[in-house]
Amino acid sequence: MALLEVNDIHSYYGNIHALKGVALTVEEGEIVTLIGGNGAGKTTTLRTISGLIRPRQGNVKFQGEDIIKYAPHALVPKGVSMVPEGRGVFAKLTVEENLEMGAFHRNDRAGIKEDIEKSYEMFPRLGERKTQLAGTMSGGEQQMLAVTRALMSKPKLLLMDEPSMGLAPVLVDLIFDAIIEINKQGMTILLVEQNAHMALQVANRGYVLQTGEIVLSDDAKVLQNDPTVQKAYLGID
Amino acid sequence: MKENVFKGTARIALIIGGVALALGMIGVIEAFNERDIVSDVITLGQVVLYACPLIAGYFVAKREDVGRSMVPVHGLLGGAIAAVPTFALLYITTIWETIRDSFINVSPTLIEALSFGNESVLAGGMRLVLIFAVLGLVGALFSLLGTKLRAAFLQAVAWVVGIGVMSEILVNILRPRLTSANLKALFGSGLNQTPFIFLLVGITVLSLAWQMVGKDRYQARQASMNAEQKKRSSIIRNVLIFCILMILPSVLGVYLSEIFNNVALYILMGLGLNIAVGLAGLLDLGYVTNFAIGAYLMAIMTSGSEYGLTTPVPFWIALIICTLAGMAAGFTFALPVLKMRGDYLAIATLGFGEIIRILAKSDAMKGTLGGAQGILQVPAAKISGVAASIFVPILDFINGILGRWDLGIIGSKGGEIIFDKPPQLYYLLLACCLLMLIISNRLNNSRVGRRWMAIREDEDVAAAMGINTTSAKVIAFTLSAASGGLAGAIFAAKLGSIFPHSFQLLISVNVLSLIIVGGLGSLPGIVLGAFALIGIPELLREFAEFRLLMYGIALMAMMLLRPEGLWPSEARKRELSRDDDPPPIAASAGAGD
Repeated sequence: MALLEVNDIHSYYGNIHALKGVALTVEEGEIVTLIGGNGAGKTTTLRTISGLIRPRQGNVKFQGEDIIKYAPHALVPKGVSMVPEGRGVFAKLTVEENLEMGAFHRNDRAGIKEDIEKSYEMFPRLGERKTQLAGTMSGGEQQMLAVTRALMSKPKLLLMDEPSMGLAPVLVDLIFDAIIEINKQGMTILLVEQNAHMALQVANRGYVLQTGEIVLSDDAKVLQNDPTVQKAYLGID
Repeated sequence: MKENVFKGTARIALIIGGVALALGMIGVIEAFNERDIVSDVITLGQVVLYACPLIAGYFVAKREDVGRSMVPVHGLLGGAIAAVPTFALLYITTIWETIRDSFINVSPTLIEALSFGNESVLAGGMRLVLIFAVLGLVGALFSLLGTKLRAAFLQAVAWVVGIGVMSEILVNILRPRLTSANLKALFGSGLNQTPFIFLLVGITVLSLAWQMVGKDRYQARQASMNAEQKKRSSIIRNVLIFCILMILPSVLGVYLSEIFNNVALYILMGLGLNIAVGLAGLLDLGYVTNFAIGAYLMAIMTSGSEYGLTTPVPFWIALIICTLAGMAAGFTFALPVLKMRGDYLAIATLGFGEIIRILAKSDAMKGTLGGAQGILQVPAAKISGVAASIFVPILDFINGILGRWDLGIIGSKGGEIIFDKPPQLYYLLLACCLLMLIISNRLNNSRVGRRWMAIREDEDVAAAMGINTTSAKVIAFTLSAASGGLAGAIFAAKLGSIFPHSFQLLISVNVLSLIIVGGLGSLPGIVLGAFALIGIPELLREFAEFRLLMYGIALMAMMLLRPEGLWPSEARKRELSRDDDPPPIAASAGAGD
């Protein structure tokens, strides 16, 4: 049984049919990426999975349980954690307070403290800035914070919405290295990306989304060499 | 090309001169001239008028492109130019006889004051220009003083002006405690000259001493204290404050107690609204709804009039019911607006406030709510029966010890304690305020407080953190409404009658303003804000026509100079501070309890 199963979901914004039967699966331990152009429905898919949008049709199963009926907040204790698009750190809280917020539903003080220390080990930059207001940090640092904060809830599945958006290439490398590292430690990741090149390098499998429909799905290596993908998303003629 | 230095001077001076002119033409100067600051020497109006060239001189000299040696010249010039608009007004009055038809406040009294009673208005005007120039010079030279001396002197001036303005009230407070000869020596129509000079010098010296020596020592001692000592000193401080609060009405007398009561009502509402606005970031513009519901419910439950119940509910039970009803209202009104954010939420809640008021005024509800005539004969709160037989002897005992500083007014009367006069009501309100303060403080540091903070920062992200935003918002609205209902209930019992027009939109706006002025999310800020926005205007009742003007100026000045509020909370201070060094993290391990 797959960890996450998305079956034929149709989501709407008002009357706009944004997702027309998207289906995908994520197996435990995988990095799966969802690539596609602007307005393809990548973020909508993530928002539907995380409960922010309710699909009119179809279902989303996490560990075999239909999770459509849950409000977004109820998914966190179940083990689904999200790195929101545009980072979404609490700008007016310090780095440490942000991490504490990530562990909101947990009750083990000692464990939380330990995990915060682990975050600082993963990104020493955050440790140096733990008393700084998150909003005053650079985009890359905020993204590091958003990723580690999402891990604070001890999820089984990490949903990432365009972690490379608006970052300098050096920082993109840094974030993707972290993604690989987190995955090595056993985290399953669903990665939504416009930067198809990077995403396909780190992912095991990939789905290509076009105007609300999955048009291609295969191993990441295969997709990397697929001529249509190369032409449309990798900039290779 | 670099701008001419003198052009800058002229611009600043003309702006401030324009303010001086405006103050004269809307009647502020004339009205303020009624109050003496220093007996027979200087009035409040003159203080305001002469402050203009002083400020002009100061700012002109503060500019970076003015060389040190040129400061006196620019000061003189700035002061003189600041007088130009007013001088122009004086000139116009000589050729335009019927100016009062258009500008009603340009009265002969004002002209006389501005031209120093000279036969020739223009000669008087020249004198005004001269005085302004000299004051501009003084202001400019003032800018050359050291920062500490400047701060000390300004503080002293503020105190003296404050004491001068409040002299009438101070006389009333001091009368029972001083001999009339002593009192006469201190106060005449304002502060007398000798005490004025003593105070001015004394406060300057004290303030200087504090800044030079005391402050460092105090901070050093604070820093050297360990946790236990800190705790002890904060307990001592709280006990001291409590004792002062307890004997306050007997010191202040009836009039000031009444003002304190009005302030306390707003503190109560401010503490409530702060939960929604300050903690959870839900902009609620209809707070008066809860206030009105508490008040009307109290009136209906206890009134002896035709609208009251046939068997009135005892005050204390009614008080609890009103608080609960406020919460029920908060809960109910929260439901339809759960999905709204920011401005839309503000508009919707604004509507609720008006709905309640119009409903109360309407003919449809006249049978139960009394329509525009309101509900009369709401009895005052009282402790009687068994409770009285316990409390009265205790109070008598305490009063016996305290003697002249007794809680006098709250003493026993025929075996009952009736809260019908301001000093008694003060205690009732004090108790409620302290209770709400403690509850708010606990909430702020609680788990639900954390949820509110997350929602305030970003609702979507909060949900992604596993925070149930819906329930957190409903809780915020419900708890927020509780003290509105409580304040309303006490308001009804305090006034003895209630009318729909007591529940205007302005109340919501006032409560919101005092939270913002005090410092969003800060509890001491609310208390301070309530005194600043409700207390001070009450004290300056004779200038009531300028109340909203002052209000507007104060709010604008606050937003420009101190956007974080008078007494900002830690978080706001961090967020709006201009220092670049990161402040130490607040000891907040409260995430996982």
